[in-house]
Amino acid sequence: MNNKYPSNAAPVLQVKGLTTILGGRKIIDISELNVWPNETLMIIGPNGSGKTTLLLSMALLLKPSTGIIKYHGVKIDNARQILAQRRRIAVVLQEPLLLNSSVMDNVTLGLKLRKVPRPMIHERAIKWLERFGVDHLAKRQARTLSGGEARRVSLARAFALEPEILFLDEPFIALDSPTKQALLEDFEDVIHETKSTVVMVTHDRNEALTLGERVAVIMNGTIRQYGTTDEIFTSPVDEEIANFVEAGNILRGIITAQENGLAVLNVNGVNIQVATDLPVGTETTGYMHYDDVTLYVNEPAAASSARNHLKGYITRIISAGAQIKVFVDCGFKLVALITRRSWQELGLEVGMEIQAVFKATSIHLIPRHTAEADY
Amino acid sequence: MELIFDGITKAFWLLVHGDPEVIEITLLSLGVSLIATIISLIIGISIGTFLGLTRFKGGLIVRSLINTGMGSPPVVVGLIVSVFLWRSGPLGALKLIYTPWAIVIAQCLISLPIIIGFTMASIQQIDNKLRLQILALGASRWQLLWILIKDTRLPLLAAVMAGFGSIISEVGAAMMVGGNIAGETRVLTTAIVLANSRGDFGLAIALGVILMVLVYLVNLGLTAIQQRSKPL
Repeated sequence: MNNKYPSNAAPVLQVKGLTTILGGRKIIDISELNVWPNETLMIIGPNGSGKTTLLLSMALLLKPSTGIIKYHGVKIDNARQILAQRRRIAVVLQEPLLLNSSVMDNVTLGLKLRKVPRPMIHERAIKWLERFGVDHLAKRQARTLSGGEARRVSLARAFALEPEILFLDEPFIALDSPTKQALLEDFEDVIHETKSTVVMVTHDRNEALTLGERVAVIMNGTIRQYGTTDEIFTSPVDEEIANFVEAGNILRGIITAQENGLAVLNVNGVNIQVATDLPVGTETTGYMHYDDVTLYVNEPAAASSARNHLKGYITRIISAGAQIKVFVDCGFKLVALITRRSWQELGLEVGMEIQAVFKATSIHLIPRHTAEADY
Repeated sequence: MELIFDGITKAFWLLVHGDPEVIEITLLSLGVSLIATIISLIIGISIGTFLGLTRFKGGLIVRSLINTGMGSPPVVVGLIVSVFLWRSGPLGALKLIYTPWAIVIAQCLISLPIIIGFTMASIQQIDNKLRLQILALGASRWQLLWILIKDTRLPLLAAVMAGFGSIISEVGAAMMVGGNIAGETRVLTTAIVLANSRGDFGLAIALGVILMVLVYLVNLGLTAIQQRSKPL
């Protein structure tokens, strides 16, 4: 993950100085964004941040107020180029948006519009309906399908086009959990198999983590952070992003000691050892994933390499899907994400005394001035 | 009662024997109405789709005028067409007054607002996102229009039915601009008016039955298409 950009490739799509103004309000203001071949770029951000506007502009479905969009280094600016390029990409929107005809007709429509040779059309449609497990529905009227089936058909319709870039706008929204999970897995397999270049908008952190190679975090219409999925989720550049990607525990404090990259961070009177070069006196905010905190009822049996052992008591236990969130007060609020099994094995209850253990390297620090720059 | 009985008996014989005058009137009526329907469908669906898809200044006025046109009295349309086509009128040189083409023109003007109105309404109810999706599949502007028209075929069929219905059953304008000339511009409706005023109820009833059957057959066909394309 060291090379942030593939060195031997040119971007498929380049966006420069893109703004969209609607009703006098700037919806998006994107100075630069590139899409590289075969990558999965996730555009994440809260509702109303301009994600969809950016996606539609990139997919040439919404004319931006200013800015340049280049495909393969060529600026797209007239109607002929737009139509030609639209016929090389594919878009899946939030709703399946199937036409009032058979499933087969829906999947073949785009292929016909793109003048794919007739004998290939049927073959490709069947291939992709099969791949998404809905080939048995080919003769059905599209508007009679269930939500999950319609979503699969709309994905098959997009993949059948074999697009240069596949754009998706929250394609798994409004599906029940098992349906969504199954579809997400199939989708992930397909993009890995096909090595598709994918740009996907989501506000779901798990989707971004599962599918994304690169992530652009968009807030109030601008890209606030761009990097690999790992970078975004382990090293959010500011508190707002950390909150949004749910980076975990937020520890605000001041550095009180520093020795060769190992420092002491005082959080609410409690001393924590952190790996950082920040000098003494720096006010800073640290982030630590919930699942980096381990809980022990007694002293850890084997000497743990983790440097921080904090005594506290449990204030709250809540279910978080397959896992359990345990809230601990150890002078400051700390949350640990543990499995249901270890919850039962440890016999955790509210009010219980406990040891919270975590490594000095689990904490990602950003100087406070960065964190507060936007307030 | 005898009057009604005689009328029905005569109508029955006229229909069974295939009276040449009745057949001629029926064929002319059908021909004129079909041509008028086709012309107003082509123009009406195009204008209706355009109005349904675009927003422009004065759009409200145009749309409300069309809605008014949907209920405009055919007699007034007939009057306007008469004035224009009158021998000394602005289009008098075309020598169209008292010809079947004059009836076609009047009927087009009567059914156009209806077809535009229905088309506009059915296009407007299409989700804007569906439009984006069709463009994303690679449709050009014209292909988009065609796909949207195909996709909204159900409400559009209502436009066809209403348009044809208003045309074939229209009498006032056909009388004014066609002149009800025997063998030339006498259509079912104007012939019924004439037969009725002469007291020839047998002929009037026979023509009335034919008119009803024609309207029914057209609507039967369209309803069948509509039912077939309904989701299972």
